Amino acid sequence: MISGRTLAQGAGCECKMSPDFLKAVSLCHLSKGDYDALGLCEGKNVQLKNEFGQVVLAPKVDAGLRQGMVFIPMGPWANVLVGPDTGGCGTPQFKGVEVEVEATDASVLEIRDLFRGLRRAQT
Amino acid sequence: MIIKGGIVYDPANGIFGEEMDLCVDEGRMAEDGKGEVIDARGLLVMPGGVDAHSHIAGTKVNTGRIMRPDDARLGIEPRSGVCRPCTGYTVPNCYAIGYRYARMGYTTAFEAATPIIEARHTHEELEEIPILDKGALTLFGNNWEVMECVRDKDIGKLAAYVAWGLRSARGYGVKIVNPGGGEAWGFGSNVKGPNDPVPNFDVTGAEIICGLAQANEMLRLPHSIHLHFNNLGKPGNYTTALETLELLKDIKPSRMRQVVHVAHMQFSAYGGTSWRDFESKAPVIADYFNSHNHATMDLGQLLFGSATTMTADAPLEYGNARLTHNKWSNHDIELEESSGVVPMVYFRKMLVNAVQWAIGLELALLTRDPWKVLMTTDHPNGSPFINYPEVITLLMSKPKRDAEMATLHEQLPKRTSLGGIERELDWTEIAIMTRAAPARILGLVDKGHFGPGADADISIYNLRPEEIDPSRDHALVKKALAAAKYTIKSGIVVSQEGQILAAPQGRTFWVDAAVPQADMDRLMVDLQEKFEKYYSVRLSNYAVQDAYVPHPKVIRAGIQMEVA
Amino acid sequence: MIVEDAICSFCGCLCDDINVEVEEGKIKRVRHACRLGSSKILGHDRIKAPMIRRGGELCMVGYQEAYDRAAEILLRAQKPLLYGWASTVCEAQKKGILLAEEVGGVLDSTATVCHGPSVIGIEEKGLPGATLGQVKNRADTIVFWGCNPAEAHPRHSLRYSSNVCGRFTPEGRAGRTIVVVDVRETRTSKTADKTVIIQPGTDYEVISALRMLVAGKGDGVPDEVGGVPKAELDGLAKTLLAARFGAVFFGLGITHSRGRYKNIDNALSLVAELNSHTKFVIMPMRGHYNVGGIGQVLAWSSGFPMSVDFTRNAPYFNPGETAACDLLAKADTDAAMIIAADAASSFPRAAVEALAKIPVIQIDPYENPTTLISEVVIPSAIAGVEAEGTAYRMDGMALRMRKLVDTSYPSDEEILSHILESVHRLQRGLER
Repeated sequence: MISGRTLAQGAGCECKMSPDFLKAVSLCHLSKGDYDALGLCEGKNVQLKNEFGQVVLAPKVDAGLRQGMVFIPMGPWANVLVGPDTGGCGTPQFKGVEVEVEATDASVLEIRDLFRGLRRAQT
Repeated sequence: MIIKGGIVYDPANGIFGEEMDLCVDEGRMAEDGKGEVIDARGLLVMPGGVDAHSHIAGTKVNTGRIMRPDDARLGIEPRSGVCRPCTGYTVPNCYAIGYRYARMGYTTAFEAATPIIEARHTHEELEEIPILDKGALTLFGNNWEVMECVRDKDIGKLAAYVAWGLRSARGYGVKIVNPGGGEAWGFGSNVKGPNDPVPNFDVTGAEIICGLAQANEMLRLPHSIHLHFNNLGKPGNYTTALETLELLKDIKPSRMRQVVHVAHMQFSAYGGTSWRDFESKAPVIADYFNSHNHATMDLGQLLFGSATTMTADAPLEYGNARLTHNKWSNHDIELEESSGVVPMVYFRKMLVNAVQWAIGLELALLTRDPWKVLMTTDHPNGSPFINYPEVITLLMSKPKRDAEMATLHEQLPKRTSLGGIERELDWTEIAIMTRAAPARILGLVDKGHFGPGADADISIYNLRPEEIDPSRDHALVKKALAAAKYTIKSGIVVSQEGQILAAPQGRTFWVDAAVPQADMDRLMVDLQEKFEKYYSVRLSNYAVQDAYVPHPKVIRAGIQMEVA
Repeated sequence: MIVEDAICSFCGCLCDDINVEVEEGKIKRVRHACRLGSSKILGHDRIKAPMIRRGGELCMVGYQEAYDRAAEILLRAQKPLLYGWASTVCEAQKKGILLAEEVGGVLDSTATVCHGPSVIGIEEKGLPGATLGQVKNRADTIVFWGCNPAEAHPRHSLRYSSNVCGRFTPEGRAGRTIVVVDVRETRTSKTADKTVIIQPGTDYEVISALRMLVAGKGDGVPDEVGGVPKAELDGLAKTLLAARFGAVFFGLGITHSRGRYKNIDNALSLVAELNSHTKFVIMPMRGHYNVGGIGQVLAWSSGFPMSVDFTRNAPYFNPGETAACDLLAKADTDAAMIIAADAASSFPRAAVEALAKIPVIQIDPYENPTTLISEVVIPSAIAGVEAEGTAYRMDGMALRMRKLVDTSYPSDEEILSHILESVHRLQRGLER
């Protein structure tokens, strides 16, 4: 998994609570080969999972990707899969993250739901 | 404020170690004074130090900081009292620069080199430096507009550009570094000397230097051109120094000062043909300064230990990096200049470094007139400014020099005449080289002396000039110079016994020069085109805005207009 | 009224040729900016008023109450984190550093999830660079390594790199060779002359191979490196050596991937090596318009460009220990102020969970996921649109952002000044 910038993500980064941002960023780009191999089609989503978490995204075919590589626009959905370890340099590894990908009928979480589970300390 | 009974050195006003009272009124020297009394009986009193050539603010200084966290970790001082935290040794943070100069009794420092387009950054940093009065010299020697005006022999337009450039950069004077070489470095090459044509521009460094000197005098700028020679740092480069100085000897200065001030002369006083037969040519250089009156110099003294070389002489820095296999930063600045930053260490047992160390001292000791010589280390190229007391004591003490030389490479005496020089500078000469002369050379009329109306910048040291022998007691002198008993800035005690008591904001000096409108109009045609086609910023966003110089001290200059 | 030469406050390009049409105190139209800049300048729905979380819900309060609560949180904490800074101006950043010194906290910028590894690389090897105008006027060979300017810095090629004409580059694109090195095809690689696709996480090896080829030590290079055949790497090396003036622009593709700062270290070394054959410069594609600025301001103020710990009274810098994500990973911070950045969106999930456990103060014009976990929310004026100030472009060029319209929102600088006042007041109160 690679996560990075896209135009749509950038254009929406100051209205992150909007439906446009959700649509732009909760995406998983895959090669045509992987798309077909996973049995994806209109209406189906993908679930990505690794040791750090799991997240449901809308799939999109991207001719620039090789098989075995997925791209997610940078943001809170992608970061569910990014580990906190900075390898002693302060920066987490946002690219080159191993993930398992499978088709799913589950829905993509809206942004507020993505954060709903977080516990808040009593102040 | 009244400072009582100090042994005052005010060479600009003919006072060479007289016991007298000094009076301060409203931040300036005055005939009478009242209020706070400072007991300076028997103690050394001089005007606040003026550093005319130091790298203290701007892109290359900050690049030095960013690439050297190793340096930041040295010299850490936690915040205390009025002081913010300090870090760094060769590339101190802004607060350290202000406090450390002030502790030593310095009250004015000038940034040696700023490209016009990056002056905004320089002023942001200058504003963060506490206490000191300051200014910045502006780079012109590799500038496209300058080279084209020189090629076309259009000195009127050149003067208009210099005036416009100084205003845009809020700069104080004309700085020239490796003229032509910085432009050649844009494609990775250099010039071989002042007569080597600059690729793509049909001019030579010599023409650039003479053109800018003429423009400088037409504009009657307070300072002369400030020049870093071609071939700096190369064995045998003393010939370049001499031939370049010869170019300027017939130009008439427009004010009572030099026509050219040479930056860090030490780096251009080299003999030999390679590093193997490297030797000092300081005696030849000093001879030239002794027999000509159109030039002054600052030393650029090298001291052993850590340094960070940073200069607009980018090809030199590339060479330094390859020589020492060190980390290397380079920054070429569109249409204007180049620069580089490379950490350096100077070793006692390395013959070349030992000779360099000797050369700086020779230059000061062999040049008869101290008004022509400024004591500097080209901070942080030769050594950080915090080591000025070391340089001063070397100049005042032959025994100290001998002791030092004994620890250096054993071949040193064969490459320098330093061992045979008996001269020891006295307090008058030191006061000239660190206060009166830099002020006069820069054209700062209210600095470096105690005449009525001068800025009340005063340094009082724990030294009794009538009792102490600097030659023998050099260790005591060095210690006392490192932390003034009192440093007074514009009449306020800012430092006492090495402790900063107050950190008022200093002023930024810059020069606003007037030129005939017709020349300015012709210039703007060129500049409109350059901004349309070549620059990556728009003309309307280029110049430094007022917001960046909130404490200005503007010096007016300009072409004398016809008076009806 | 048309404001000409306004400076865009989105990405590190800091385009300063934007025309903004202002009517009745509102921005009506933006010309010359790309989609990202237009979107930024035209603006979005704002947070209306300061808020403090009570009983789980954010409730509107006055500014003073928000300042006081923020000051209280920062003072009570042993090691607060003051994070973000990349989307505000230097004048605010200076206040932030003073605040971090006064309360004893750790100040870090978005660089640590972006080009922090580049900073570390520069600390190892230096930065052989130039201003963007040098690339415009001289570069005949440009390499985009691990970056996708077509999507992240859309006007870069037209103003500074591939497509622009300059004094020694009058043919513009036609006179240039553009190379893209990436793990995938992108909008940028579509218009390149040469694209080299490498396996993810092999940048370091590929750069090493290029260094060897450039230095004439190609015999030691294996037949394939990073999935790239040696012949292709050899061709790339020759292209680089044939440049009259080469420029390497690099991005998160190498700062975020396996190797991180070592990749940058190696790239800087490659460019240093190239300089012994021809002229080359290298430049990081800074993402936010003033992430460069916080690096500069922090460096001249503290000696270090990011991740500075002020809790020990003197600046302490140790990425891996003092960076924002490090503190959160180790639960080594007990309060956070997030300003001009959206940590909740940008950090790894586990870091966000740690952030949600401590009191968070948000200073931002816009609602975003960080708002969802904040205890105090302070809406600010938009720097570069409603407040003027200094920003540093990706090449270190400082420019002054203009104020285009008035606003009743306080600027970041004003907000931080007020929080500082509250801090001083509380400190005096505590001393009694």
